[in-house]
Amino acid sequence: MNYSETSFAQSTTAPFLSLEAVRKTYPGVVALDGFSMEVRPGEVIGLVGENGAGKSTLMKILGGVTRPDSGTVTVDGVAHEGLTVEGSIGSGIAFVHQELNLFENLDVAANIFFGREPLKAGPLRLVDRAKLREMVAPLLKRVGANFSADAPVASLSLAQQQMVEIAKALSIRARLVILDEPTSSLPIAETEKLLDVIKGLKAEGISVIFISHRLHEVERVADRVVVLRDGMLAGTLPKDQINHDQMVKLMIGRMLKEREKASEAGRAPGRVALSADAVRTSAYPDRPVDLEVRRGEILGLAGLVGSGRTELARVLFGIDERLGGSVTLEGKTLNVRSAADAVASGIFLVPEDRKLTGILLDLSIAENISLPNLPAHAKRSLVSTGAEIATAEKQKKDLGIKAPSVLTRTGTLSGGNQQKVVLAKWLAMNPKVMILDEPTRGIDIGAKAEIYGLMRALADAGVAVLMISSDMEEVIGVSDRIAVMHEGQISGILDRDDFSQENVLLLAVGKKPKLAHAAGGAQ
Amino acid sequence: MSKKDLGLLVLILVVGAVVTAINPRFLSTINLANTSNLVALFGILSIGQAFVIITGGIELSVGSLVALLGTLFIDFIAVREMDWPLAFVLIIVLGAIIGFVHGWLITRLKLQPFVVTLCGLLIYRGVARFYTADGTAGFAFGQNFPTLEYLTAGRSGGLPNSFIALIVIAIVMWVVLHRSVFGRYLYAIGKNEEAAKYSGIRTGRVVIAAYVICGVLTALSAIYFAMYTRSISPASHGQFYELYAIAAAVLGGFSLRGGEGSLVGVILGTVLLQELQNLVNLLGIPSSLNFAVMGGVILIGVLVDQQWGVFRARRRMIEAARRDVAGAPAE
Repeated sequence: MNYSETSFAQSTTAPFLSLEAVRKTYPGVVALDGFSMEVRPGEVIGLVGENGAGKSTLMKILGGVTRPDSGTVTVDGVAHEGLTVEGSIGSGIAFVHQELNLFENLDVAANIFFGREPLKAGPLRLVDRAKLREMVAPLLKRVGANFSADAPVASLSLAQQQMVEIAKALSIRARLVILDEPTSSLPIAETEKLLDVIKGLKAEGISVIFISHRLHEVERVADRVVVLRDGMLAGTLPKDQINHDQMVKLMIGRMLKEREKASEAGRAPGRVALSADAVRTSAYPDRPVDLEVRRGEILGLAGLVGSGRTELARVLFGIDERLGGSVTLEGKTLNVRSAADAVASGIFLVPEDRKLTGILLDLSIAENISLPNLPAHAKRSLVSTGAEIATAEKQKKDLGIKAPSVLTRTGTLSGGNQQKVVLAKWLAMNPKVMILDEPTRGIDIGAKAEIYGLMRALADAGVAVLMISSDMEEVIGVSDRIAVMHEGQISGILDRDDFSQENVLLLAVGKKPKLAHAAGGAQ
Repeated sequence: MSKKDLGLLVLILVVGAVVTAINPRFLSTINLANTSNLVALFGILSIGQAFVIITGGIELSVGSLVALLGTLFIDFIAVREMDWPLAFVLIIVLGAIIGFVHGWLITRLKLQPFVVTLCGLLIYRGVARFYTADGTAGFAFGQNFPTLEYLTAGRSGGLPNSFIALIVIAIVMWVVLHRSVFGRYLYAIGKNEEAAKYSGIRTGRVVIAAYVICGVLTALSAIYFAMYTRSISPASHGQFYELYAIAAAVLGGFSLRGGEGSLVGVILGTVLLQELQNLVNLLGIPSSLNFAVMGGVILIGVLVDQQWGVFRARRRMIEAARRDVAGAPAE
């Protein structure tokens, strides 16, 4: 590792990577249009842009997967017309993708040096475990890992798995680490760890490109922000000008009023719609949860991943077995034993994993929307396609689902539009309680605002909305009240006056929040 | 009719034409009647299998069930001298119960369909052999059931009555599979059971119903097979029939992962399989090659279908790209 010091010293001024007038077109689409940027050693670049702005194409070019049509890519002083995959790896560019490429069944060390394991002498080519551990130890130390090299990857949290990926990047002597949406599925505390790792990389002189939809994280960690819009450089923000509104403005070319859309103060809280009394879930079978969601409110449910939020939602929706306690809906005790029971009583869930559980990608928009309420779209048990299409057309119009027709396969839609289809199938019925688990994960900023608008409209129509979210901005910006979960229990409930990132974080780790008035919500 | 089904139909006609050219007896009344009877018997069996495959499951025990239920049926009416309509109903109910138990084990106890039905394959075969003490179940000399024989092995206007039964069953099951709420649920579960459950579908009940349907249709075909062969040696009767049924479904465009396939497809698949059997007989191909011919054709069929799918997907992409150039720029 002696090379890094020398090259770092030599190239403090010269950029490690520079792109000049890079253009890439696909049939019918200009993905990148004369895009230029540079990355200096030890610099953290925040790369932001809406979905479809050209980020993925840029990543593909840097990874050597595709070649630009024109323009040059200069890495470490060597100009290329286009990188190859080997060239990209060879010059020290490493990727940590949103979807991690780890073998969950293998341990940390085996993952880091997969395919490059040190071997013992002899014809059997056995893996030299001792040597392997020796090689892995310093890498784990550099990423600040709090787990051992022998830990199976399946036992690690998402953030820890990302650290493994970063350690893997370091093991190939990366000089530029590109993190693609690394925090999109991380809870608050884990995100902190990851941001620390990024700072550590920077301190070692390694450059980082940090791609994220979570602008406040970009704000905190980036030295410079590069904004892409429609394949072009929409603007670059130096450190002192990085702020949320500037970034959004550059991303969409206008100011967004999404945050003001959130509830106005003084909204009269409705009656309690759904209440969970001493409900116990599989996540923490020994800890009862109490929670009340009122009609007409959006209750944000914050907390760390693994705090039991998703499990609570699954119990309320009848997917998981309720291990104790009771659930009442509008004063009546409910015995929800399956999702079908929950749907019949008006409790709907927009699940965390859209593609696996939210919709059927192979079915059309209309078929997805009618699925939970098919008997209502049938005469004598025979499906009426006309009725289905009519319902879907109405939802498509109301929600602004962008698709050629309601018969389009949902798998071909963008993430935001898929999520609207999930919402549409419930809105077409009469929700009493709508539970949304990470409703805007992986969705671009324009569609996000629309989904917030839909949630607010639901609440205004008297629906009780329970929104689980790990996105701090979202929780604070959208909720009327925030309940925070910590290790399987509600550690506190914040009213609007007490909303702050700090308070949510304190409750999430089981500490007392700082309340405006002593009579505030925390128990 | 989908393009896939149409392709299969064309293949059936082409093979038919070639066989006729070599041996005109293919089109003789007796051969056609015989073949259509077999198509009917295997068709009923295959439709049942198709309902299970559409959910992403598999039913391996149908061959053994054909042996067990057939043995019981003949035993009931020939030895125990039960009224045949009563025996008929009993066998159908038994088929339904067995289907229910399979479905229950699979959905409630979370056993894999392959394992449950593989055990069924072994158990029912063993029970059938034990029941007859490894002997043969058949009718005594002079025993006659005119109505039953007419319904199962008789003909109306040249058409085997079994074939008419198949047509009726096929039409009913077509409506169930392609037009009913239940049919939509089956497809949804086959495509993605989790998502179906999250949409409020009682997936367990739907899957159990699919196995019950399979059990009932298997029982029905078991009666037909019993009346066709008239004597059953449980050690070999119905052997490999589960594979005929699965093969017919696969040829007919069903995916073993579930969620894909049509009723017309599985019928055409059955027709093609029987046509191939017939071809082996008529063209003087050694009958020992029977299975090899079938296996080869299925492999080629699936291969062509898969490659055709790849080709079409590529063409669609190129077309979409062209449209984009002509029209408004994409997002």
